[in-house]
Amino acid sequence: MAEILPMLALSPTMEEGVIARWAKAEGDDVASGDVLCEVETDKAVMDYESTVEGKLLKILAGEGDACAIGEPIAIVGAEGEDIEGLIAEAQSQREGKAKPAKKKEKAEAEQAGEGEQEAEAEGEQAKKEEKEKQKKEEPTKPAGPSAEELARAREAAGAQQRAQQRAPGGAPLAGVKASPLARKLAAEAGLDLRRISGSGPDGRVVKRDVEAAAAAGVGVKPAAVSAGAAAELPAGAVLPPVVTLTDEAVKVSPMRKTIAQRLSESKFSAPHYYLTIAIAMDEILEARRQLNAQLAGKVSLNAFLMKMAAMALARHPVVNATWGGETIQRHGRVDIGLAVALDDGLVAPVVRDCLGKGVIAIDRDLQPLIAKARAGKLTPQDYAEATFTVSNLGNYGIDEFTAIINPPGSAILAVGQIARTPVVDEDDELTIRSMMKVTLSCDHRVIDGAEGAAFLRDFKAICEAPVRALY
Amino acid sequence: MAEKDYDYDLIVIGSGPGGYVAAIRASQLGLRAAVVEKDKPGGVCLNIGCIPSKALIHQADLYRSVASLEAMGLKVDRGGLDYSKVFQASRRAADRLSKGVQFLLKKNKIDYVQDRAALAGPHEVKLDDGKTLSGRFILAATGSRPRELKGFEFDEKSVLSSTGLLMMEDLPKRLVILGSGYIGMEFAYVMNAFGVEVHVVEMLDQVLPLEDADVAGVVEKAFRKRGVQFTVSSKAVGLDKTDAGLRVHLESPDERGTKKSVLEADRVLVAVGRAPNTEGLGLEELGVQLDKGFVTTGDYYQTACASVFAIGDVVPSLALAHVASKEGEIAVEYMAGRASPLRRVDPTLIPTVIFTEPQIAGMGCNERLAKERGLAYEVATFPYRGVGKAAAIEQVDGFVKVLHEPRTREILGTTIVGAEATELIHEALLARQAELLPEDVATMIHAHPTLSEGVMEAFRAAEGWSVHA
Repeated sequence: MAEILPMLALSPTMEEGVIARWAKAEGDDVASGDVLCEVETDKAVMDYESTVEGKLLKILAGEGDACAIGEPIAIVGAEGEDIEGLIAEAQSQREGKAKPAKKKEKAEAEQAGEGEQEAEAEGEQAKKEEKEKQKKEEPTKPAGPSAEELARAREAAGAQQRAQQRAPGGAPLAGVKASPLARKLAAEAGLDLRRISGSGPDGRVVKRDVEAAAAAGVGVKPAAVSAGAAAELPAGAVLPPVVTLTDEAVKVSPMRKTIAQRLSESKFSAPHYYLTIAIAMDEILEARRQLNAQLAGKVSLNAFLMKMAAMALARHPVVNATWGGETIQRHGRVDIGLAVALDDGLVAPVVRDCLGKGVIAIDRDLQPLIAKARAGKLTPQDYAEATFTVSNLGNYGIDEFTAIINPPGSAILAVGQIARTPVVDEDDELTIRSMMKVTLSCDHRVIDGAEGAAFLRDFKAICEAPVRALY
Repeated sequence: MAEKDYDYDLIVIGSGPGGYVAAIRASQLGLRAAVVEKDKPGGVCLNIGCIPSKALIHQADLYRSVASLEAMGLKVDRGGLDYSKVFQASRRAADRLSKGVQFLLKKNKIDYVQDRAALAGPHEVKLDDGKTLSGRFILAATGSRPRELKGFEFDEKSVLSSTGLLMMEDLPKRLVILGSGYIGMEFAYVMNAFGVEVHVVEMLDQVLPLEDADVAGVVEKAFRKRGVQFTVSSKAVGLDKTDAGLRVHLESPDERGTKKSVLEADRVLVAVGRAPNTEGLGLEELGVQLDKGFVTTGDYYQTACASVFAIGDVVPSLALAHVASKEGEIAVEYMAGRASPLRRVDPTLIPTVIFTEPQIAGMGCNERLAKERGLAYEVATFPYRGVGKAAAIEQVDGFVKVLHEPRTREILGTTIVGAEATELIHEALLARQAELLPEDVATMIHAHPTLSEGVMEAFRAAEGWSVHA
């Protein structure tokens, strides 16, 4: 008996989902547990697994369609079943928005002809040679698969290639230098080729670059700041290219809705105040330089900042706490979120237990999370419940800024750029140091001014002479 | 370390395809270089390896075409064959190229030192005549020599290494070849072509044991048709030298234990591999790690002693001239401060070539290697029989085989057995190196009638739509 499959609530807070990608096509067999499609929710892309078995008879919601919980998205049943009635019922539910996805499967191309050529017996060989001679007389007359099969196979190959050349967002990638294999691998992994640094000839993106980006991002681009590739303009460019401004209403994505809701709530409920301090980062930069000279994969600056913050939090537990109305919940572990800029939004994946981990371990956890974040593959466990957050806009040349607290934390550290700055040292001499300004936003319900200031003072002290953390 | 001016930026020990290419590259990059060679410039490859052997193979091809000439009605007097002239042709080729290497070194202002050298310190090379040279970097490129088999020590008169066979000026009546790798098989081809009774003995269970069975089968069948005999799964355990000739004792396992047999021959060629020339170089004393005689190297072919690098047959990569040259380039570019992202040669991008007739050429993984590594792959083949040009020139033996990854369609490897395989392989290698997909080769227009169409059709077969089979 054929069934209508509805959009399910794939996370507790989900109210609607956007179909990001169909993993099966009409006519495919579906087993219980198979991933039917990928659905974009508040902040992550989730797999929609089938609970029924049969053939995918009809796709009702196409890629890019937003569906409320309960809205019909597909029909699964036995081959050949009459589903006209179900389709009508479903479509009336969906207000006639049915748009089945047309994805030419590679399977078609493979079925068009066999791969193996067997050696043949002598007799057949002679017959074939005769046929061959005749074929040579008539130029370019294909005698193998039928013209129709050939055309279908070529179409499939072409469509496949065109599909691969699109970034996950759908925009064509003309102008990105990448090998055909790298394009295919990137498309499969859901990675944006424009964000991947190429190590092939003339900066071409090749397989090893895509694999590195998919695995951890280590060694592909020095992940100094979470803003990453988007912050850097191509060499020689002064500004990004002009875009035509148009009057248009852009639909708000689920992610944007969530950002709007959570950050408004945080700003309106937590009485924010801000403390700024300037830190000489020379010691940390040198420590990082020495470490990276010895390691195969480079460690990011953010991992250092997160570790320093953890060590300062260990001395000021009230900054690692959550407002609970009647109680203030202090946390036994330091879980630090790092704000990561995405194409169309923002997310802060969390590295757990930053106090118990060294800088290297923090970075090894952080890089795969950043890659996952950019690929839109974070799960709620990855971004929820940060006790403290760091946001770094230094890559954009920002001197300092104030950030909005990321609940359930009570404080967030906004990090500016490191600039070579003239300063007056202990001997009243003018000298040049690598100065970085940070601004701590605190929730006054939890953290009083003096406490916040003490935390920041100690954070600065640890950064300027890391050995102090040992005392 | 005190400010010290070294005699050279780079001292290369060995002037084979590894050493001389590295030295020339170094000079191009502005490094002052010297090459120390104890024998002839060009090393084994030019003098007693690749070049003379290919010259002999060409002569063998010419001689074999006599049958085709006779088929045209010509009367040919085969009795007039003077093998010493064949030998001389091979020496002319070797000499010309060896002089060519000397010329290239001079043109690139590289000092050529004719002497034997050993390392005396991280920056010091000591020559036999007592002089020492100092270099910021030292590159060991001393190559390899034929391995000896116990009981079959080389005398280069009746028990020959490849060197001895290349320097032979007359033909034996019967030749036993121990080893059916590419060296043994290329010599089997040449000797058989010139009328020698050839018997090849192989220890493993397949002729050309590193090739896929179907590929080796094509060559074995062609050889058998021409009268070459094969014994596989047999070890050569002893040799008797008598007045009547040589008796080679073989042992092979069978159901009852060990079967013993004897082959009679006038000469024996031992072609069981090559051993690295690393003894007496002073490497261990400098802390350089050696493993079974091969030098252990890290990225850019640097050894445990930071100023000493090693490339070519002395490191455990494939012992091929073009591999040595590439390794030399990688090492030298690093020394010149221009390290490429390629820290070592990618073994799946090395073309392997065998100049038997039919030829064999491969790149990437063959099925044997793919199975060993547990790689998922799909096979597509296209026979030479289906290629117009092959039919026109009466060379229809062989096929093109393509392996690709089923999901990503990455080109994993290609093997070609048939005429001109050693030239045709490069299209497939370029496709893999540039990370093209099978459809890129399949949809490119290939000229008709050429053997390359066979390559195109094999990649079309990989895509499921070959046209001519």
